[in-house]
Amino acid sequence: MAKRAAPEVNAGSMADIAFLLLIFFLVTTTIEVDSGINRKLPPMEESDEDVIIKQKNIFTVLLNGKDQLLVEDNIMELKDLRKAAKEFLDNGGDGTCSYCRGKKDPSSSDNPDKAIISLKNERETSYKTYIAVQNELVAAYNELRDARAQALYGQSFTEMQANYKDVNWPGNKEKLKEKIDQIKLDYPQKLSEVQ
Amino acid sequence: MSKFKKKKGGEIPAVNTAALPDIVFMLLFFFMVATVMRQNTLKIQNNLPFADQVEKLDKKDLVMYIYAGKPSANYKQYGTEAKIQLNDDFADVKDIAAFIAQERASKREELIPFLTTALKVDSDANMGLIGDIKQELRKVNALKINYTTKKGSVFGRN
Repeated sequence: MAKRAAPEVNAGSMADIAFLLLIFFLVTTTIEVDSGINRKLPPMEESDEDVIIKQKNIFTVLLNGKDQLLVEDNIMELKDLRKAAKEFLDNGGDGTCSYCRGKKDPSSSDNPDKAIISLKNERETSYKTYIAVQNELVAAYNELRDARAQALYGQSFTEMQANYKDVNWPGNKEKLKEKIDQIKLDYPQKLSEVQ
Repeated sequence: MSKFKKKKGGEIPAVNTAALPDIVFMLLFFFMVATVMRQNTLKIQNNLPFADQVEKLDKKDLVMYIYAGKPSANYKQYGTEAKIQLNDDFADVKDIAAFIAQERASKREELIPFLTTALKVDSDANMGLIGDIKQELRKVNALKINYTTKKGSVFGRN
């Protein structure tokens, strides 16, 4: 019997498959974006005039070398810090803050514009704890701003900010910017660090 | 005389394309290996802390990275204290000013005010070092900073 050659498989479309795979992976690969807490450092030049701030308008947070937390001269756990900071910021002691929902305690802050959080740490404080404290304080501001935005515009502040950054967002950006600035004005982030 | 029979037919034989996928794969692998997403080779431990109130750090070309942490296992001779790393090498606090100046020089002038310094610091580093870095950044007026973190809750991570 004559030898029969096996029919050759057509491999011409293999290249197409390889290209398809290549393009699929090209499109689906996302390079991880870093994220973190943004801060602004105070400029170097010191102003000569001393600004007098009432003691009750300052919320002191102290972090010692053993990562223990002292808030307004009381030892506090990290988990309670957010609530305490919110209460302090939202106090509205002098009654000028119409949107504050705090206790209006005269011995705490006058209004959110005057309230300052002062954070002091020591050289031995661990970075992990420092970031956790920063995170809680930023969270206190964010939660207050979210509530304010929800009351004013029916939308959370974080959502508004995300929309503002989104290039494909269809709404009016200038109006949104105004709204964001209004919220930022209602609850200005006054977080000072003692060097 | 059949030995000198002329080849029959003038048709051109089909080109064998079986090797084409191999060529494509070779290209694919070449680009996979040759593409370097330039990231610094870290000589330090860099286990970032966790936080959940984070903002994204996009526009990678406008970010200057400062790393800090304990020297990793291969660089034990540099001690166990947390050190700063700029680009690919260990650096001192006083080198930061030069590093920032160099980064600024490599960017277009109109972009310089938008530069952010990302601090990628190991969670076990102490704040003394970071305070020194911040002080140095204030001196050169690089005030926008970002504490790079991993996304996650801050609680129960001890």
